[in-house]
Amino acid sequence: MKPAAFKYIAAQSLEHALTLKAEYGDEAKFLAGGQSLVPAMNLRVAKPGVLVDLNPITGLGFVESRIKAGLGIGNWGLARDDNPQSLILGAMTRYRTLERSAEIAAQCPLLHETMPHVAHPQIRNRGTLGGNLAHADPASELPAVMLVLNAQFKAQSVRGERWIAACDFFTTIFTTALATDEMLTEIAIPLPTNSDASRTRTCFMEIARRRGDYAMMGVAVSITLNAAGVCTDAKLGYLNAGDTPVLATQAAQALIGQTISDAHIQTAAAIAHDEIQPPGNMHASVAFQRHLAGVLTRRAIKEILDFRF
Amino acid sequence: MKDLHTITTTVNGKTYTREAESRMLLSDFIRHELGLTGTHVGCEYGVCGACTILYDGHPTRSCLTLAVQANNHTIETVEGLTTDPNKLHPLQQSFQDAHGLQCGYCTPGILMTMKAFLAENPNPSETEVREALSGNLCRCTGYQHIVDAILRMKDEG
Repeated sequence: MKPAAFKYIAAQSLEHALTLKAEYGDEAKFLAGGQSLVPAMNLRVAKPGVLVDLNPITGLGFVESRIKAGLGIGNWGLARDDNPQSLILGAMTRYRTLERSAEIAAQCPLLHETMPHVAHPQIRNRGTLGGNLAHADPASELPAVMLVLNAQFKAQSVRGERWIAACDFFTTIFTTALATDEMLTEIAIPLPTNSDASRTRTCFMEIARRRGDYAMMGVAVSITLNAAGVCTDAKLGYLNAGDTPVLATQAAQALIGQTISDAHIQTAAAIAHDEIQPPGNMHASVAFQRHLAGVLTRRAIKEILDFRF
Repeated sequence: MKDLHTITTTVNGKTYTREAESRMLLSDFIRHELGLTGTHVGCEYGVCGACTILYDGHPTRSCLTLAVQANNHTIETVEGLTTDPNKLHPLQQSFQDAHGLQCGYCTPGILMTMKAFLAENPNPSETEVREALSGNLCRCTGYQHIVDAILRMKDEG
């Protein structure tokens, strides 16, 4: 229950950290909040040879809202303009900051609503958004939320930088599209323009055996309605439902183009039930996970339509 | 070869300088190197909350923090709650009055968690107390008397 020996290096700057990662490659791991990596090291599931601590670097944790050029990728972007207003979050932003940010509460209520479900207060004091996403645990809340929010991830290395869409970032269990020498440094969330013509509302729900434990199933839902009340966009994201966070795109098709009725909700839930690929474990069988996904899908859509528009 | 680091850290207002291996957990550093055994170690993978300390004022799992990460940071442990050996901290007194502990193994972690929680939220509801307690396991009390002890702080405050 103690970590295997490793070499510890406190990074002094982003450039220093990237240089070290380029030098050590797969042997090195970045230490962000350490709330997933350190338990894995204590259990000897992870045995990195080198740990590059990002905590001494200032300026990697922040919450900003700004127009971000070149982020008009994905459904919301294409439907709107090329340079949407985005919420930009530094990768080292701790959960406690996200949870308490008035800007996030106002501009990205889905993320705000999700935060209290992520582990426990003590974990949220240390854990970081970027660390969570780079860890790519399909049972974690935030990867599924980022898919629904159409987030973009900035990857930096000594070679330069690039942006990766959330839908391309999570490749399989605990695995991302980041190259060996890359670090996730920023997360950009395009913000929907809410007007009389188009309004977007969201909801997050999960069911766990105990508060703060990994959820048996969870769903993040986003619904956009036009002035006539017709659904123009819907996203249904699931955690613990496959090798990556899962977007149930077929289920969402049952809602798009409709004035959503109870029958449409039932149909979407039934499709989602079959569309996801939950792994099952000792706490919940595959059949029970699918059942929960159906229940949560119905509840979350109803919550949005009945109370959030 | 051991990867040794010199660590200078302030614990309960006192500054210590020690050498420790990078693989040493902060929980072990506090207990074995500094001799402050009030911080308890339960699961060592972040689930039980017994090892919770204040790291720069925030409740943190000391078993999920490396000792080297305490370098140039401020730590507070249960020993720092009171300097007078004959007088308990008001929160400790409340735990005694409300029978908020039985075996006491989880208590240091809960006290440190609740000290920060009450500083941020001095007038909590029972629901908020239970939410704040969610990261600390207690196998004796069923939590009811712990919740009572914390809510008594509000009545007295």
